[in-house]
Amino acid sequence: MTVIDHLPVLLIAIPILASLLILLVGWHDRRFCYPISLITVLSQFGAAIIIFLQVMREGTVAYHLGSWAPPFGIELLIDSFNGFILMVILLLSAATVIYARRSVESEIEPEKTVPFYVLFQLLVTGLVGMTITGDIFNLYVFLEISSIAAYALIASAQKPRAYVASFNYLILGSIAGGFALIGIGNLYVATGTLNMLDLARLLPASYELATVHAAFLFLVIGFSIKAAFFPLHLWLPDAYAESPSAVTVLISTVMSKVSVYALLRIVFSIFTTAYIFTSFPVNDLILFIATVAIIAGAILAIAQDNLKRLLAYSSVSQIGYIMFALGVSNQVALEGGILHILGHALMKGCLFMVAGLIIYRMGTASLKELGGLSKAMPISCAAFALAGASMIGIPPTIGFMSKYYLVLGALEADHWIYAGALLIGSLLAVGYIWRFIEIAYFKDNDHDEGHRQVRAREGPVSMLLPMVVLALLCLFLGIFVEGVMEAVTPAATLLLGGA
Amino acid sequence: MIEALYEVFLSRYNYWMAIILMLIGLYALIAKQNLVKKLIGLNIFQTAIFLFYISFAEVRGGAAPIYLPEGVDALYVNPLPHVLILTAIVVGVSVTAVGLSLIVRIHEEYGVIDEGELLQEMRRR
Repeated sequence: MTVIDHLPVLLIAIPILASLLILLVGWHDRRFCYPISLITVLSQFGAAIIIFLQVMREGTVAYHLGSWAPPFGIELLIDSFNGFILMVILLLSAATVIYARRSVESEIEPEKTVPFYVLFQLLVTGLVGMTITGDIFNLYVFLEISSIAAYALIASAQKPRAYVASFNYLILGSIAGGFALIGIGNLYVATGTLNMLDLARLLPASYELATVHAAFLFLVIGFSIKAAFFPLHLWLPDAYAESPSAVTVLISTVMSKVSVYALLRIVFSIFTTAYIFTSFPVNDLILFIATVAIIAGAILAIAQDNLKRLLAYSSVSQIGYIMFALGVSNQVALEGGILHILGHALMKGCLFMVAGLIIYRMGTASLKELGGLSKAMPISCAAFALAGASMIGIPPTIGFMSKYYLVLGALEADHWIYAGALLIGSLLAVGYIWRFIEIAYFKDNDHDEGHRQVRAREGPVSMLLPMVVLALLCLFLGIFVEGVMEAVTPAATLLLGGA
Repeated sequence: MIEALYEVFLSRYNYWMAIILMLIGLYALIAKQNLVKKLIGLNIFQTAIFLFYISFAEVRGGAAPIYLPEGVDALYVNPLPHVLILTAIVVGVSVTAVGLSLIVRIHEEYGVIDEGELLQEMRRR
């Protein structure tokens, strides 16, 4: 056994050790916290790339914890689907860590930076664990690790409203966790196993049992709350808007994506398409709710006055696109959905980074006070415009490609009306992205707030760099989408039960 | 009629108890205005799930799952749910701790722990 064979478990073990190390070293000198955090996340990202290439070359990578063979031992299982997700979330985590340094310096009290990086590391640990585990109870444990870290991180903004937002998220998140736990219990009662592959093998015998239907509903509702799927999104705007900027970037890109991943994994890998098509047909309902989510999220976003809040509601809309793929459930739509997981992570990461930088420089994210911003911060506004174009779906960005596949998938399944609704959602996205562009580029309010404009300058390099890289990735991955599709197509095939 | 009732309710009363407790917890979460009471509701909700797990682990006439020498026949209670719930209890305690500390902070900032008054305070500022 070489180190390469142990990479899956190292992905989880190293950040846990790093979080302890940060705590110890931070006691001595808190300047060391940031480099340790950065090195850990970068090495995780490297490991994720190695594992992903291995999966592409040799097929699924399985790691048995403590050499206990499944279904008795816990298994870490990385296939073409979660290998891809793993790479996406670690790319975004790495970008966030680079971005976090200056933002944390300005938004978090100096003596709180040590716990901040410890929690940050634990949040990444939990999310990576959720992504690569092959055991459904293990999934719950990692879900709660990441959730508890997220509650504390949101509250670390030290603003009165952040405490309330964090408390509301804690209540809803714990209900979601409880629902997932009930669902897992029901599955265990029906099959006597917790291993995901084993569950998929044993479940068909009990597809018609009420226990299994209840398990399905509890799991789907639980993870929909965590993913902020439309009617269950109420915790999201406050949690995104009130938390420190770096935390917003991480939870809006990585955490919501991992919840969606878990949902797709449960629906397609454990229950399989046979169950959701014949035994318990919920597709049409999910498709309908996803369409409502796309449109309602976008309309709510247009109505906001705070940039962070606007982007938060736009997340509600974008999660709808990914759930739309789940509702259609054919190859093309799922390719679009998985591509949108990548695309939305990139563009929303970039947009929230711009919002964070604006708060860093101006101390406010209120749209009214941002007139003529493009003169003071040209690079960030350009990054916003590029990522925003991707959010709207202007070719050749990645946002266009994922929506293109979603519409193709919907047409293939004869869902003409829903395909039309997708396009309306895109038009509404123009509405909220344009609001910022118009204010930043075409509106001058030198007359009364000129003193503000003078103070605002372009941000520091460590904040601009990840933002610009993400914005350019939105563009280049859209142009060279064939390369990405080579990774996405097998993932979609895998979900639908193919090789 | 009576037999059907027996079949549905009494023979599976452990599940009904879990469901009733769960609903009490959810009711407290939704209807109670006091944030601490909400957290108590959350705890009742979680405890109901723990009891659900523990009760389905029971095997009638089963012994404690302790390894016996070869050849001795024994019926064991399923130990796995107990272990799972041990983990879930730790999670529940941590969530309660974070929740209570948040309530302390909210009380420091706004001076209230009642949700209605809290909303008024937030709007006033």
